[in-house]
Amino acid sequence: MAHAEGQHTAGQHVEGQQHPIGIYFTVWGLLFVLSTFSYLVDYYHLQGYLRWTLILVFMMAKAGLIVAFFMHMRWERLALIYAILVPPVLVLIFVAIMTFESDYTFLTRGVFFAVGS
Amino acid sequence: MAQASLTNTGESLTRPDGWPGIVADWSSDQRAFKNVPWGKAMMWIFLVSDTFIFTCFLLSYMTVRISTTVPWPNPSEIFALEIGGENVPLLLIAIMTFILISSSGTMAMAVKFGYERNRKISALLMIATALFGATFVGMQAFEWTKLIVDDGVRPWGNPFGAAQFGSSFFMITGFHGLHVSIGVIFLIAIARKAWRGDFDHATPGFFTSRKGHYEAVEIMGLYWHFVDLVWVFIFAVFYLW
Repeated sequence: MAHAEGQHTAGQHVEGQQHPIGIYFTVWGLLFVLSTFSYLVDYYHLQGYLRWTLILVFMMAKAGLIVAFFMHMRWERLALIYAILVPPVLVLIFVAIMTFESDYTFLTRGVFFAVGS
Repeated sequence: MAQASLTNTGESLTRPDGWPGIVADWSSDQRAFKNVPWGKAMMWIFLVSDTFIFTCFLLSYMTVRISTTVPWPNPSEIFALEIGGENVPLLLIAIMTFILISSSGTMAMAVKFGYERNRKISALLMIATALFGATFVGMQAFEWTKLIVDDGVRPWGNPFGAAQFGSSFFMITGFHGLHVSIGVIFLIAIARKAWRGDFDHATPGFFTSRKGHYEAVEIMGLYWHFVDLVWVFIFAVFYLW
């Protein structure tokens, strides 16, 4: 990004995270648009895989925008980015484990309630 | 990859980028986060641990929702608002979402104006953020009241369907609301410091005696954006699912 390089040439007088205010307005606007879209998914009663996909895509897009621009992750060094972002990604394994577990619980409950105690 | 922003922490600034940068930053018994103040690194690490807490809540919710044989209550109908005799689905939650996003926008700008040493604008933006946050908590109180008093939803049961709905709802939104409330309190404290010029004159804090610095505003911002971030996930998986 041009402004990030400008910081280097400007020397040590510029401190911390300083970026043009336009970036924040753009991200703000995008977040509004994405939120409206995810609200419309519910409003128009979309169902099934289409609903799942749209909700998750909008969710990840919003999360990415917030972390990258509002929390300035885009301008950090990779050492910090990976240290912070990799552990939450590994949580997906936990999600997979619990999905199997709860599907199994659902099946055994189905069998149990069908046969009766 | 963009060049990393620089905070002068006394480290040499000519360091490699990319993967060689990771190796260089992490190896040989040194401080790993070269260009961030330690307070900021600690806030990030706290946020990771907080992520795990919310993950546990959302995963428990996912588990009980998948495994129950009783139909799950439809959030779209439960959280509808009646406007002019017509039920608009999920309207209150949508407004709460927009309010929280707006509060994140004002917070991001407060950080920018803070580093530009424009202390009054920065403090005012933080107060605006706190007001948005307080509005959010107020709307949440309204939502809880409606659910508890009018609909009779309890942590152990509700008239709509699966009993787990109540416990998941109160636990997840309650813990998030607690985060927002704590954020509002801290925003007011940091805004007061900024307004007084504590960060311009490096005034020591009354509790920690650490010298005031505008990175406090950015650290406050990280926490606030995280609260917004969690709401993005709650909105998607609890209200829209």
